[in-house]
Amino acid sequence: MDPADLTIGEAGARLRSGDLTAVDLLAAVRRRASMTEAILHAYLTIDHDGARAAAAAADAALAQGQDLGPLHGIPIALKDNMVTRGIETTCSSRILAGYRPPYDATVVERLKAGGAVIFGKTNLDEFAMGSSTENSAYGPTRNPWDPDRVPGGSSGGSAAAVAVGSALAALGSDTGGSIRQPGSLTGTVGMKPTYGLVSRYGLIAFASSLDQIGPITRTVGDSVTVFEAIAGHDPSDATSYRGGVPEVRSTLEAGVQGLRIGVVGELSGEGTAPDVAANFRATLDALAGAGATIKELSLPSTAYALSAYYLIAPAECSANLARFDGVRYGPRLPGRNVEESMAATRRDGFGPEVTRRILLGTYALSAGYYDAFYGQAQKVRTLVIDDFRRAYSEVDVLVTPTSPTTAFAVGEKANDPLAMYLSDICTIPSNLSGDPAISVPSGLDSDGLPIGFQVLAPALGEAIMFRVARAVEQLSGFTARPALANSAGAA
Amino acid sequence: MTWEAVIGIETHVELSTQSKMFCGCPTDFGAEPNTNVCPVCLGLPGALPVPNETAIRWTIALGLALGSTIAPHSVFHRKNYFYADLPKNYQISQFDLPLCSGGHLEVDPGTGVRRVGITRVHLEEDTGKSTHLGGGGRIHDSAATLLDFNRSGIPLMEVVTDPDIRTPDEARAYAHELREVVLSLGISDARLEEGSMRFDANVSLRRTGTTALGTKVEVKNMNSLRSVQRALAYEIERQTKLLDSGVSIAQETRHWDEEAGLTRPGRSKEESSDYRYFAEPDLLPLATSPETIAALRRELPELPAARRARYVAMGIEEAAARTLVAGPLVDLFEAAVEAGAAPRSTANWVTGEIAAHLNRTDGDPAALALDAAGLAQLVGMVEAGKLSSTAAKEVLEGVLAGEGSPEHVAAGRDLLQVSDESAIAGLVAKVLAEHPGEVARVAAGEEKLIGFLVGQVMRAGGGKADPKVVDRLVRAQTHQ
Amino acid sequence: MPVAIDIAKVARLARIGLTMEELAHYGEQLQGILEHAALVQALPTAGVAPTAHPLPMVNSFRADVIEPTLDREEVLSQAPDREGPYFRVPPFLED
Repeated sequence: MDPADLTIGEAGARLRSGDLTAVDLLAAVRRRASMTEAILHAYLTIDHDGARAAAAAADAALAQGQDLGPLHGIPIALKDNMVTRGIETTCSSRILAGYRPPYDATVVERLKAGGAVIFGKTNLDEFAMGSSTENSAYGPTRNPWDPDRVPGGSSGGSAAAVAVGSALAALGSDTGGSIRQPGSLTGTVGMKPTYGLVSRYGLIAFASSLDQIGPITRTVGDSVTVFEAIAGHDPSDATSYRGGVPEVRSTLEAGVQGLRIGVVGELSGEGTAPDVAANFRATLDALAGAGATIKELSLPSTAYALSAYYLIAPAECSANLARFDGVRYGPRLPGRNVEESMAATRRDGFGPEVTRRILLGTYALSAGYYDAFYGQAQKVRTLVIDDFRRAYSEVDVLVTPTSPTTAFAVGEKANDPLAMYLSDICTIPSNLSGDPAISVPSGLDSDGLPIGFQVLAPALGEAIMFRVARAVEQLSGFTARPALANSAGAA
Repeated sequence: MTWEAVIGIETHVELSTQSKMFCGCPTDFGAEPNTNVCPVCLGLPGALPVPNETAIRWTIALGLALGSTIAPHSVFHRKNYFYADLPKNYQISQFDLPLCSGGHLEVDPGTGVRRVGITRVHLEEDTGKSTHLGGGGRIHDSAATLLDFNRSGIPLMEVVTDPDIRTPDEARAYAHELREVVLSLGISDARLEEGSMRFDANVSLRRTGTTALGTKVEVKNMNSLRSVQRALAYEIERQTKLLDSGVSIAQETRHWDEEAGLTRPGRSKEESSDYRYFAEPDLLPLATSPETIAALRRELPELPAARRARYVAMGIEEAAARTLVAGPLVDLFEAAVEAGAAPRSTANWVTGEIAAHLNRTDGDPAALALDAAGLAQLVGMVEAGKLSSTAAKEVLEGVLAGEGSPEHVAAGRDLLQVSDESAIAGLVAKVLAEHPGEVARVAAGEEKLIGFLVGQVMRAGGGKADPKVVDRLVRAQTHQ
Repeated sequence: MPVAIDIAKVARLARIGLTMEELAHYGEQLQGILEHAALVQALPTAGVAPTAHPLPMVNSFRADVIEPTLDREEVLSQAPDREGPYFRVPPFLED
């Protein structure tokens, strides 16, 4: 098998048995990238020198009996909204063109400390705002399953790379579904941890109270591995959870016998594509067959979650993106005075979606409108959290289709922001609540495009979430790979 | 028709913590530009703030010293505005849930005690420093601006008064007293000239006897206590003249120009700022327990007002107590009294001769050659009659010059006074015998000749006899 | 329920120097999005406390200790304009 198609677990075993070196593994991943990037454009930057050095160092360490853990020698991609020291970090925006951060994000430090090989920075919707990666200032990323279609967003580059094998795993960020939805559209496993479990220090902020970094991998097992490597308290992040990281491995294979699974009525009906709906029901039946009890629930506040999200996220982002003004970093447009220079720099540097959200957020916070918009949205958030708590007193996990549709065509929704926002309807509620959620590939539609099944768990409930996700993975038997990976691997 | 000035003061105090408010950068003043910086205080993408616990404790301490209520639940907010020395283009500050609310400070400008209400004390971060090139250092006509972010993120405490101040003198007295309280708590070096304590004032006028507030003008750039007084005096006069001519006051921000002695309007903004405050999502709320508050209260040092009251109770005059407590020699005074020196005399020495010496020599109080034990000794020698007050001044000079202890210096310079009664009695008798005429006239009622006779005895004794004893014995012997 | 937006004022607050056409274009789009977002007003929220944080934690501090600073040259190397040890910008309009 081409090493680029190995899981982290498989690659790790081969590295330790001596069947494979980290340098060879990296070479395989590089080959896969070179054969697919022209079509996919998953990467903005590939750090060939740094990765080669890291792989060589990983091999040397292993040879000396130094084993840094499951990610030792594993090529990993990072969404380009996580700062990497000395390596260009752009958030897919022109306003950060050429920016080389002077520090590494905490998650990057942890990956490096675990011996991971950082291969490159992946494409995203500009500043993580979007659901298709079409909002990148550097061109869209294509879906390896059908290059005329989007890979989802905003972590589209990371998802495409993992799906096609130009990385064994990737980190993405999820504010309204930006890990899970691309996972769903590319047939990969995308996981959003409980808010606070993974440090945000070094994640270029979109919406501070909603953002979380999480893994995109080919299997649930790999997702657990990466989660364990990056989770844990960080003193540099005041919102970092101070209790311990949930232990998830011991129950991973325990199956769903006796578990109670809730279906959210408001999130599984109208607007869902027929194939997606059918696959969802079939997966539920499989879970029931494996011993779970399925219960239909109503969470009325989720109907308002989208609206609340589209007030809270832009409001926070309008302040988070205020620092991009051409004063201390990034390109600068001239002006007669610094105020003009800032205004010109920002007009030129931000794309339309980002501009839209900054304006929306600024408005939602402005005098006279705060109570009706932002203030009200924060109260809706409380209602959503209450609904979830009530639901979890009756069931162990909640499930939905991750996305109402499979991958849509490039350009199809780009001119209709509202239609684009609706793709996040199933994923947004868990960002508002801060609870963990994961998308697992559960089948293909009649066009051969992947469908994702989403499992939501209570806060710090990663163990049960992974457990149900693992069961879905086994029950669905999904092993398909995109044609592009197969042809590149076979070559 | 008279106008009454209504003044409120906002004071920003830079806390003298080791590290900044939201990051671990050093806070030392005068470091090379842009060396005390990190991703957080530079507003780099991806950086996150983490609050300095000491800064929070010190803010609560000031609130307690001012009698404020400490909020059990307090929150940081983002104050959003664009400014090149504000790296994130928002300042992390506090809005409707500050750490401390209410309280008061009593001040006396010399015309009686005035109680100034405190609205709130809250915590925020300082901005970077901008230097304008060209245009004489001011913004107007400048060609470019240089930015240094060393100051960005230093903890800044803001103290806001109720509009209770009525005169420039009161304003100055308030500023002075607040500074003393801050210094006594040890939370800031409060150096106005370095900008670690900054005052802004809001001034409006209204007809005396009315309660509605007039249009207020914000006055900034008052960089000394004297400026506070002068700027407010000017502004009150400016507003008075305008109102008297029927012109209404524009609501604006004006900057004090110390050299020119006037306030000038600042650059007017297109519309008044909409700061779009919202709770800082990168920070968690502050929950302060009653136990924490009680512990901080126990740790409070003696505040200036209490110290002054204690000195007055010792018998020291109010004015002297005020000078002592406000001055750099108060610890010397306390220690000397502790060593047994009489409070009033000691206070006189400290606020008189010793303070004068410090001023003359521009000296460092900590480096004085006179210590508490020495001061106590000196005061004791005068009280015991071993030194006349004139001789004592000379002895002090010697001690301050490093010649040794008061006793050593007095002996060495032969300044010790004779108080031994029998020795003096003999001298008195001898001198009186030499002046029978004057003695007779005293006996006949001319009391003023006693002074002459005392002087003669003093001369005969080479100035060393204790004049009090001489006087007593002359009187006794002439009235026999 | 149409929501009236002073888009020019919003753009000024956000320091984005949009042209007249851009302002009109965004203004229209915002109108639509806001009408959708304004649906939140339909939910009864009397007596509901706002959630600023999904985490119920409080008091996340650091001790007052000094940490390493950044290398000045590395920092200034990213500046669009610098003069010696300073960042350099065009003159200020407002004070």
